[in-house]
Amino acid sequence: MFLVKEFSSEVDSMAVGKRLKRKDADTKVTGEAPYAYDMSFADEQYLAVIRSPYAHARIVNIAIDYKILESLGVVAGTAKDIPGKNILHVILDDWPLLAEKVVRHVGEPVVILVAASLHLAEEARKYVSIEYIEIPAVFDPVEAKDHPTIQIFEENNVCSYWQQKNGDVEKGFAESDIVIENEYRTPAQEHAYIETQGCIAVPQGHDSMTVYGSMQCPFYVQRCVAEILGMEWSKVNIIQTTTGGAFGGKEDVPNQVGSLAALGAWLVRKPVKFLLTREEDIETTSKRHPAVIRYKTGVTKQGELKAIKVEVFLNTGAYATLAPAVLYRAAMHAAGPYRCGNVDVQAYAVTTNLVPFGAFRGFGSPQVIFPGEEQMDRAAESIGMDPSDFRELHILKVGDKTTFGQVIDQSVGLEQTLHKAREQSGWYKKRKPTPTIAQVLEEQKKGKYRRKGIGISTIFYGCFLGAAGKLMSRSGAYVQVEPDGSVRFAVGTTEMGQGMITVLSQIVAEELGIEYEKVYMTPVDTSRVPDSGPTVASRATIMSGRALQDACKQLRTLIYDKVALKYEVDATDIEIKEFQIQEITTQKKLLSVSDAIKLVYQERGQIAVAGWDVAPPTHYDNEKGQGDAYSAYAWCTNIVEVEVDSQIGTVDILNIWAAHDVGKAINPQTLEGQIEGGSLQGLGYGRYEEIIFTPEGRVLSNNLGTYLIPTTKETPKIHSIIVEDPWSGGPYGAKGIGEQPLMGIAPALTNAIANAVGVRLNTIPATPERVWAAIQEKIEEEKV
Amino acid sequence: MSQILHVTINGTSKEIAIEPDEILLDILRREGYKGVKRGCKEGTCGTCTILLNDKAVKSCILLAAQTENCSIITIEGIGTRDNPHPIQQAFVDEGVVQCGFCIPGMILSAKNLLDNNPSPTKDEVKMALDGNLCRCTGYSGQIKAVLAAAAVMRGEK
Ligand code: FES
Ligand code: FES
Repeated sequence: MFLVKEFSSEVDSMAVGKRLKRKDADTKVTGEAPYAYDMSFADEQYLAVIRSPYAHARIVNIAIDYKILESLGVVAGTAKDIPGKNILHVILDDWPLLAEKVVRHVGEPVVILVAASLHLAEEARKYVSIEYIEIPAVFDPVEAKDHPTIQIFEENNVCSYWQQKNGDVEKGFAESDIVIENEYRTPAQEHAYIETQGCIAVPQGHDSMTVYGSMQCPFYVQRCVAEILGMEWSKVNIIQTTTGGAFGGKEDVPNQVGSLAALGAWLVRKPVKFLLTREEDIETTSKRHPAVIRYKTGVTKQGELKAIKVEVFLNTGAYATLAPAVLYRAAMHAAGPYRCGNVDVQAYAVTTNLVPFGAFRGFGSPQVIFPGEEQMDRAAESIGMDPSDFRELHILKVGDKTTFGQVIDQSVGLEQTLHKAREQSGWYKKRKPTPTIAQVLEEQKKGKYRRKGIGISTIFYGCFLGAAGKLMSRSGAYVQVEPDGSVRFAVGTTEMGQGMITVLSQIVAEELGIEYEKVYMTPVDTSRVPDSGPTVASRATIMSGRALQDACKQLRTLIYDKVALKYEVDATDIEIKEFQIQEITTQKKLLSVSDAIKLVYQERGQIAVAGWDVAPPTHYDNEKGQGDAYSAYAWCTNIVEVEVDSQIGTVDILNIWAAHDVGKAINPQTLEGQIEGGSLQGLGYGRYEEIIFTPEGRVLSNNLGTYLIPTTKETPKIHSIIVEDPWSGGPYGAKGIGEQPLMGIAPALTNAIANAVGVRLNTIPATPERVWAAIQEKIEEEKV
Repeated sequence: MSQILHVTINGTSKEIAIEPDEILLDILRREGYKGVKRGCKEGTCGTCTILLNDKAVKSCILLAAQTENCSIITIEGIGTRDNPHPIQQAFVDEGVVQCGFCIPGMILSAKNLLDNNPSPTKDEVKMALDGNLCRCTGYSGQIKAVLAAAAVMRGEK
C-alpha cells in the first residue's frame, strides 16, 4: 500500500498546515485516473469541425451533400441546426457556437460532422463546401481601436474599458526630476496544458444532456449547453473528468468544446466525443492576450514616486469572451503595489481578427506588471538607488491606500517577502553595478563574454474575482458523513492539478475531527452543488473552503446534539480534540468522532448538510477610477539571477527566489508545487514562449515542437519562500495563491539581464535574438 | 488489410488485429492500457512513453506493426496501488504529482534510467526526463523522487 507520509510541525492541528499526501496521487502514478478521453460509452460517435481558413470573411454559401453523408452514416450540423440560441455566453454574448454569416478568425467553427469513427468524420469533410468572400482583417489592437473601416465589435472594436484615477498625473510629472516613458509589447502565451481539451456529451434522447469533460468551470458549460439546446438548466448536467492542467485555458473554452459535442449528441441522439488534437488546440483555443502598453513614470532625485500613467491595449482576438474581466485585473494591477498620489490608467480591450484570447494564470496582470516593474528599475537606476531599496520606500504597508484608493487594513506581507527574498538570495552581495556598454565591450576584448546579473520585482495580487466579477462570487458545498466514520464532500470548484482536493480534504478533516485518510471528495457534478462560480482567480481553496467550514459547523452541531443527549452533557460544552469528542470544562473524553457519527446514524439524525459562502463585498466606481477592487491581497517578491552571453545574447537562468505571502499555508507541499510550477510558467513567459502568427492571422507555432515550453534542462533552481500574514476572511487565514507565482517573473528576469549587460528590453520573451539586438542597438546609440 | 500483431504486454502475450498504418499508441489505448497518454502525437511531449524491449520509447511515433514479437511495458505493468514500484511510491511521497497527465510517461523514462544506471547523478536524471514535458511543476520534485527511488532500489532505504 502507499504509505501516508506526513511531516507535521504543528501539534495542535489535525490536518491543516501539514504536508499530507495528495489525495489524487495514487490513481495518477498508476495510470488509473480517468481523463476525458479515457472514458467510453456504448455507441459513441466522434466529432470533426470544419473551421474557417480566413481571418475575416463573409460566408456566401454552405453546400452540404446530405445524400452522400447519409449513405456514409455521417450527420452534419450548421448554425441553422442549433435548437436554442447560437450564443456561447461568457460576458458580452458576442461569441457564436457556429459562424453563420461572417467568420472573424482563422479556425472559427462553421460546420460539425458526426460519425461512428473519427476517420469517417474527417473523410466526410470533402462533402461540405463553404464559399467565402474575404474581407480586410486587422491584427494589432492599437490599429483596431477606432478603425475607420474594419468593424469586429460594435463601432470602435473596443469591447471593454476600465480606468484608475488618482490625484493629478500631469502635475505629478511636472514635479518630477526624471520621467521615463516607453512602449512595451507582450506576446500571446499558450497554456500548453499537457492534456488537450476534450468533452463527451451523452444525451438522454432529446430530454436531457450530460456532458463529461476536462474543464475548470462546469457551471459555465451547463448554461451554454442549456442555451444552445434550448433546454432548462435543470436538464443539463456537467461532470468534470480528471483534468490534465488548465491554467485558465479551460475556463471558457470548454463552453465551446462541450457545446459542440452536445449539439452533435443532440443531432444524432448518441454519445459524442470531441477531443482536440494538439494542433487544433493550439490553433483554435484561447491564449494569454497579447498587449501593447504605454507606460510613464515620474520620480524626483530624492526618490519620491510622483506619477504613473499607463495606457493598456489588450488584444482580445475575434470575440470578447472573458476580456472585460481580464482587462479589469490588468487595470487594477497596472500601477503596482505602491503608494503613488498621481495615477492615471486607461485600459482598453480591443477586438481583432486573431483567435479569441482568454484567461491565463495572472489574468491580464503579467502584461502590465512587466512594464511597471521594468520602469521601477529604470527609475531607481536613474537616481542611483538600489532597485530593492527604491521599492522598499514605496511598497504598501498595513493602513496604506492603493493607487485606486482602497485602504488595506490587514494581511500585507510584501515587506516581509522583500526582506526574505533579499536575504536568502544574498542580494546585496550579488548585485553589482550595472555595466555601461563600453565596459561590456572592454571585457569582451579580454575574452570575457559571460556576465552575471540579478533582478527583482515586487508585486501584489488582488485575490478572487474582485468587484468586476462579484456576482459570480459565491460557493456551495455538501458534506455527508457515513456510518463507517468516513466522510464525503462535494464542491462546485474544480481540481485541475493545483491540489484543491487535498487542501479541501484537510479543511474538512480539521473541521470535523476526522482522519484525513477518511475524507473523500466526489467528482464535481453540477447536480450536486448549486452554481459555485468559476474555478479561477485563485479562489477555490478560499471560497469552497469557507462553504465547507459552514457545512461542517452545521454538522458539528447535529453531532453535538445527539452526543449531549446520550451522555447527558451540555451540547455547548462539547468540542473536538484529536479526533475525540470531549467535554470542554472537564476535558473528559466522551467518544471518538467516528463513534459519534455512528451514534447519529443509529439515532436517525441528519448526516448530510449543505454549506454556502458569499465573498466579502467589493465595489469599484469606474467613472471615478477608484474603489475597493478586491477583498484581499496576496504579495510577492521575485528575485532572478542570470548569466548572459554578451556576444550572442543567450540568457541562462541560474536561480529564482520566489517569496509569497499566502496568509496561511494549508498544505506547504502543494503550495510549493504551485510556486515552482507557476514560477516556471512565468519564466516561459519572460524568456521562451511566444505564439507566432502568419501575416494572414493563422497560428504558425501550432505544436510543442515549435512552441517551446521549459523542459528539465531549462529549469533553474527555484527557491520557494513562504510568508504567512493571515487574512481574517480566509479559512485559517489563507489567501489565494494559484496565479501569483507566474506574475512577476518576467520583469525580474529582464531586470537581471539589464543588470548583467546593461540593456533593457521593451518586448518579451527575452530571446537571444532580442537580447543581442538590444546590445547592438546600444552600441550604435552610444557610438562605442 | 488487417494483420495480426504478436506482442507481449506487461508480461502477457497477445495477438492483436491491427491495420498496417496504425500507431502503437492508439493500439495500446484501444487494448485498454489507458495509462499511455496522448499529449501531442509527434514525439515531443513524452506522455505516451512506454518500455519497448526494456528501452523507453514514444509510442506515438511508432507503427504498431514495427513491434512484432517485442515486449512492451506500460505504466499498468510496473506497479499497482497495493504494490507500487519504488518510483511510483517516491512520486507520491515527494508530492510531485499535480494534474498527473505527464506522470506515467515520466515514471517509465525514470525506470528506463534506473534499470540501466542504478546510481545516477542529478544531471543524469535531468537528462533522462528531458523528453517528458510537464506544465504543472518545476520538475525539481520529480528529480528528487527519482533519486530517492534509486536509493530504495539499491536497497539503501
Ligand atoms: S504523444 Fe507521444 S510524445 Fe506526445
Ligand atoms: S503534473 Fe501536470 S503536466 Fe506534469
